[in-house]
Amino acid sequence: MRFLFEIKEGLLIAWDAVRANKMRSVLTTLGIIIGIVTVTAMATAIDALNRAFRESISVLGADVLFVSRINWQTHTEQEWIEEMNRPDITREQARKVENQMRLASAVAPTVSSTRAVWYKKRRANRVSIVGTTDQFLTTSGFSIALGRFMTADEVEGGRPVCVIGNDVATNLFEREPPLGKKIKIGEHQLEVIGVLEKRGSFLGMESFDNQVILPIPQFVFSYWRRPSYDIQVKVAQLDQLEDAKEELRGLVRKIRHDNPADPDSFSINQQEQFVQTFDKVTGTIAAVGLVITGMSLLVGGIGIMNIMFVSVAERTREIGVRKAIGAKRRTILLQFLIEAASICLLGGLAGLGITYVLTLLAAGAFPYFPLTMSLPVMGLAIVTSILTGVISGFLPAWRAARMNPVDALRNE
Amino acid sequence: MSLIRLQNISRLYEMGGETIHALRDVSMEVQRGEYVAIMGPSGSGKSTLMNLLGCLDTCTSGTYELNGALVSELDDNQLAEIRNREIGFVFQTFNLLPRANALRNVELPLIYAGVPSAERKRIAMETLESVGLGNRIRHKPNEMSGGQRQRVAIARALVNSPSIILADEPTGNLDTKTGDEILALLRQLSDKGNTIFVVTHEEDVARHARRIIRIRDGLIADDSGGKK
Repeated sequence: MRFLFEIKEGLLIAWDAVRANKMRSVLTTLGIIIGIVTVTAMATAIDALNRAFRESISVLGADVLFVSRINWQTHTEQEWIEEMNRPDITREQARKVENQMRLASAVAPTVSSTRAVWYKKRRANRVSIVGTTDQFLTTSGFSIALGRFMTADEVEGGRPVCVIGNDVATNLFEREPPLGKKIKIGEHQLEVIGVLEKRGSFLGMESFDNQVILPIPQFVFSYWRRPSYDIQVKVAQLDQLEDAKEELRGLVRKIRHDNPADPDSFSINQQEQFVQTFDKVTGTIAAVGLVITGMSLLVGGIGIMNIMFVSVAERTREIGVRKAIGAKRRTILLQFLIEAASICLLGGLAGLGITYVLTLLAAGAFPYFPLTMSLPVMGLAIVTSILTGVISGFLPAWRAARMNPVDALRNE
Repeated sequence: MSLIRLQNISRLYEMGGETIHALRDVSMEVQRGEYVAIMGPSGSGKSTLMNLLGCLDTCTSGTYELNGALVSELDDNQLAEIRNREIGFVFQTFNLLPRANALRNVELPLIYAGVPSAERKRIAMETLESVGLGNRIRHKPNEMSGGQRQRVAIARALVNSPSIILADEPTGNLDTKTGDEILALLRQLSDKGNTIFVVTHEEDVARHARRIIRIRDGLIADDSGGKK
């Protein structure tokens, strides 16, 4: 009760002091404003990066396992060399997985490459060319916007057909209807039988809308004689993911005749691995970024400490009077702590407002980047600014609280 | 029982490696309702005595009992409570808070005593009226004359109904006429039963008290009833 009382009193005094020294308060607060703006802007950017990543990673599907020679999480050069020396995954091996895997709802082998794609005189550069089977529609989670996907027969027969991504369709055909038209990749012509629904890009780098999907035999015949396949395995039930992973691992070892004493000659990748790797990276960025932006807050805090020392020195006599009429050490301490915290809180709120406006502006400039200020960031800003005030105000407040009333009253 | 009992009080200061005896073995008693003047030249120890009486300072040796409590044994926070409850200070330079109006200045001791807002305002208002400033409660110190400021200070000293009022050169910054008014007010308060100490070096001021204690070189040189 008494404590609340003292806090209320401290707030009143703090407000008085802030008003009495308007210019000084504004300048001191500026340091905190800048600090809070940099910290919150940084936190908001990292937050947005994380969300952008999670949104695009979800494209991969949490229930899909990717068998590949390469581990997505490869760290050292040695591991990389070892992986490059692994024997290729062949079409025959992929076929065996297709036939024998029990806990899967779909299995699709894939091979891919990057090529230029032509339609008449128009060209689209750096398009991913994916050779796969009809099962790919299920494992990839794509949907068809126009026409249809490849059939099993077309794949088996290696028909010269293809399904194109949305960007490829707009780039090559502009307003023309693409279905039934022939596009050219290298020396070979392919008939467009379908267009994929727009999907967005992965990390803003590789767009899923910039690809051409064709039957494996066609791909092998036209572009790459002996590729190493990747195998996408969609698990029938998400809660059996671990079991499916074990089954898949045993199966592929058996198919590839891995010696029981040797490690796997392949890797089973999943979305989760990407997330972990990414979290590590953004975690580091966040830590480094917050330390650097924290510096500006530290400078602001030093400014507060400095001005609070001045304030205490100026009001020595007032402190003496307050002590003479019954203020305890705690009361004086609290008074100056509240004053410092209030200045910082004002700065923090102003900084938050500025960052909010900046975020809105940035969101307007980058419409595909999910920039919004989150509640935790706001909370962080407010707590941080109050804490900065309390920490940097402590030494001055402590000096005030410990003043001897006789000396304080004698001060001119 | 005496309101104040000092026994063999000494106060030493260390200053530049030298020990200064501000008070040497002082003993005295003061009864409730007395009006005492403490006189002495600069450096005599009268300020030290006042600081000790006001619980702003502690003695090096000896005992001080105030209203039955052994003050010389208390720590910082307990002394703050005693000052709040038992002592009202009036200073030569008024020492009001410049940004607060009269009412708020007078409220301050009640704030530290934890009195709720409404009651605080009522008591502060009554006290301001009793010193003749009922129509000045919203004025800030710089909007008032010296005499009015000292009245506010006296109201602040009175508001907690303390056991003693300590006035340090209360007329030192005032002209003679205003000073006389303030002394008359203190006299009135004394007549109502308040215990009052006035520290001064002016005989004219001291004459208003009923008892004059003269300090010289840290000792009580003379302790006698003042002239009416």
